[in-house]
Amino acid sequence: MAKIDGKAGIIGWGVYIPKYRIKMDEFVRVWGFEPSVPQSLRMYEKAIAGPDEDTITIGYEAALNALRRAGINPSDIEAVFVGTESKPYAVKPSATVIAEALGITPKTTAVDMEFACRAGSEGIRNSIALVVSGMVKYALAIGADTAQASPGDVLEFTASSGGAAFIIGRGEEASAVFEGVYTYVTDTPDFWRRELSPYPQHGEGFTGEPAYFHHIVNAVKGLMEELGLSPEDFDYAVFHQPNGVFPIRVGKILGIPLEKITPGLVTPWIGNTYNGSALVGLAKVLEEVAKPGDRILLAPFGSGAGSDAYSIIVTDKILEIRDKASTVKEYIERKEYIDYAVYARFRNLIKRIPEA
Amino acid sequence: MTYPARIWRERHSRYRLVGVRCKKCGAIYYPPRPVCEKCKSRELEEVELPRRGKIISYTILHNPPVGYRDQAPLVFALVELENGVRVFAPLTDVDPHSVEIGMDVEAVLRRINRKEEYGVIPYALKFRPLIR
Ligand SMILES: [Zn+2]
Repeated sequence: MAKIDGKAGIIGWGVYIPKYRIKMDEFVRVWGFEPSVPQSLRMYEKAIAGPDEDTITIGYEAALNALRRAGINPSDIEAVFVGTESKPYAVKPSATVIAEALGITPKTTAVDMEFACRAGSEGIRNSIALVVSGMVKYALAIGADTAQASPGDVLEFTASSGGAAFIIGRGEEASAVFEGVYTYVTDTPDFWRRELSPYPQHGEGFTGEPAYFHHIVNAVKGLMEELGLSPEDFDYAVFHQPNGVFPIRVGKILGIPLEKITPGLVTPWIGNTYNGSALVGLAKVLEEVAKPGDRILLAPFGSGAGSDAYSIIVTDKILEIRDKASTVKEYIERKEYIDYAVYARFRNLIKRIPEA
Repeated sequence: MTYPARIWRERHSRYRLVGVRCKKCGAIYYPPRPVCEKCKSRELEEVELPRRGKIISYTILHNPPVGYRDQAPLVFALVELENGVRVFAPLTDVDPHSVEIGMDVEAVLRRINRKEEYGVIPYALKFRPLIR
């Protein structure tokens, strides 16, 4: 448990969601699923990266929006973390491309992080530590993915593309401050992808109880115990959202009602953006409903497995910055539907003779 | 092959819409050039250009060059930035049939092509219709 006591906070945030959407009916039509499958996941549609997009371009635009809200000089950022499980390069950092493109280089550190869907959150934890210790003035933490799913796998209903970025700095300047973070990690093989394997595998029926629910529940309980808080103390709760059902069920286990969870729920409309999942949800809460003084619970989760539970308190500054960049709502509403054929083309699922 | 040295040398202009301004006569060039075309001065400084502009002209490539077939049909446009500088660049996130002269666009970072599976990935600015 780390008590942060408001010494670090969110200076700016931003998201990016690609414009292409595919409806769940398409997966049912092409692969012969029962129509009740997407309904049981509470999924309607998901976002797909265009043919010229990847984790770097998604992370870049999310970070550009975070910079617009922060209103700081990019060269004052001294650490860049990119949390992803869909790195464009196996070897070569995504973070350096983004840092260069945003004008953050060269006086900075930059690194990619991997922990399934939780790496972006680990970037936030590290950013907080660097700011509180005084090692950096500002740090940029990005969670972005173009998540893979084997064609016809049930994962195809949810694995999507998108991302979020948070600029972390000293609490006095922040639009929301961190009260504390509690991290809970075990070795749990619920989801993995081996080197050179194009698609991940998951332990069917094993991803829920021992993985998602166990880690989030324990992280949140640990946080509440250490900070002396109870579920009623939180005005909103944002959990990792692998589908539209799990975050509501984990809320029920923790005694957090639906109305505190729905403002940050995005997966039914954009899919699970993996490292962006909970972070896009947090951005939506900050943009649409959070008032100064509100306390927000944020609990990302990553397979493998681990969860971070953060307590975040909103400050007056949120009112000045929240409309300074494109919002989650604007990106969700900007959409063009594609069918499975175009989806297959965009996801590079069709074999063609290599070009000369 | 997209040479790593070229990607590295041109990264500021490719990633950040950085052009050059002539210190003598004020002319601005994008992409950057070593000598001012107007006054022949060699004293040029880097300057970041505005990210928004309007489409002046465009062309639709249904048979794009090698490396770009994933993006066909590909639209290339001449964009006049807010400061009057003209940039020739691809458009993205746009239905080719909805492109119009005068359309407001903004610069975004994208992959330029997928020419090789093993080479350096070229990223550069493209333009897309405004989101807000
Ligand atoms: Zn000149």
